[in-house]
Amino acid sequence: MFEGVVQDLIDELGRLPGIGPKSAQRIAFHLVQSDPVDVQRLITAMQEVTRKVRFCEVCGNVSEEERCRICRDPRRDPSILCVVEEPKDVVAIEKTREFRGRYHVLGGAISPIEGIGPDDLRIKELVGRLSSDEVTEVIIATDPNLEGEATATYLARWLKPMGVRITRLASGLPVGGDLEYADELTLGRAFEGRRLLDV
Amino acid sequence: MRLYRDEAVVLRTQKLGESDRIITLLTRDRGRIRAVARGVRRPGSRLGARVEPFMLVDIQLYERRTLDLITQVETISPYARGIVADYGRYTAGTAMLETAERLTQAEEEPSLQLFLLLVGALRSLAAGEYPSGLVLDAFLLRSLSVSGWAPSFTDCARCGEPGPHRAFSLASGGSVCPGCRPPGSAAPGPQTLVLLGALLSGDWPTALTCDQRARREGSGLTAAYLQWHVERQLRSLRLVDREDRTSPQETGQGMPV
Ligand SMILES: [Zn+2]
Repeated sequence: MFEGVVQDLIDELGRLPGIGPKSAQRIAFHLVQSDPVDVQRLITAMQEVTRKVRFCEVCGNVSEEERCRICRDPRRDPSILCVVEEPKDVVAIEKTREFRGRYHVLGGAISPIEGIGPDDLRIKELVGRLSSDEVTEVIIATDPNLEGEATATYLARWLKPMGVRITRLASGLPVGGDLEYADELTLGRAFEGRRLLDV
Repeated sequence: MRLYRDEAVVLRTQKLGESDRIITLLTRDRGRIRAVARGVRRPGSRLGARVEPFMLVDIQLYERRTLDLITQVETISPYARGIVADYGRYTAGTAMLETAERLTQAEEEPSLQLFLLLVGALRSLAAGEYPSGLVLDAFLLRSLSVSGWAPSFTDCARCGEPGPHRAFSLASGGSVCPGCRPPGSAAPGPQTLVLLGALLSGDWPTALTCDQRARREGSGLTAAYLQWHVERQLRSLRLVDREDRTSPQETGQGMPV
């Protein structure tokens, strides 16, 4: 344990994803020894992000405006929606340059053991978007792990009566893995080979 | 430091650091344990798919001072595949895993009966043998029984007076005779008690003849009985999907507790 403010910083850093107690300590001491100007730049960036960033009112992606860049782009095909768990999955798929439609970000996956059910995700919003005739295909790109699969099963069962084509990214994606870690090539191939979901 | 081997059902996984997971397992010989699976969230990890919830695995671990390390995993039965293909099975199965975790209060306390019950229930669920809600209730009642809280659905739970009796009391452990009946006892339908008794004893032909009303009331009583014995609320129980088709608005109401 360290003195007051240093320990407070270590505790705060330790709450961040992927940062264990050792890393938190290392970062804290790095900041203590850094040029105050550099630290200020980091502080400003963090403040700006909490002040400016919000979620797109259409798709739920992170955005600096009411509608995100992709939802505003008239060149993006509005007839195909790609459903993902998190905004970081949008980034991963955009890197493949394989997909020219639009997105719908659920905000997670169905995980009963964590107490997260369908009502906790942006599923009603998705259904709302499908009630216009514009959308003809929904690609379900939830993580290729158990919770992602269960979420896909639920969505397919619920969306099928709405008369849209429902596809799931092809396998080749590592089972049990996170979508964000899949390399561009694998993810791109998964798009090409997406299959119809039959539930 | 040494290696050991066991059979296990994966109960829960949690992210750890950049690419690892902490895996909670119910093992055949050692009861519930937690162990680290390294690198399983990265593509190309051969361990990854095998240490997902519902999987029955043959597992090798390396004993360490803190959490043990998973070194090898072979799939015995990939129940996850059959369970995740159906949303009702998935939610029922998740409630079983959470219950199994909750009923094993301490780590490394052997609970062979619970392990065998869980494997049997997951096998039935994955195969779609019976309605998933009934498989869940049968598992809940039997796992409570092997944990020392066997409910009675015929004879009086207090004095043993042969039943069936009208009244049902959670605190007393099930059916109660008019003499023992505490105030505020429930009065479930006679068919509900027949259903619960059949689920507890594994009498499936009888259980399957009971109607929807008995199933609904039975699942409510089972959940209430379980909650009575485990301290904190089970998160997954409220999300169990007992209908064949539901909308997102309806799923929250699956079970009155
Ligand atoms: Zn948007």
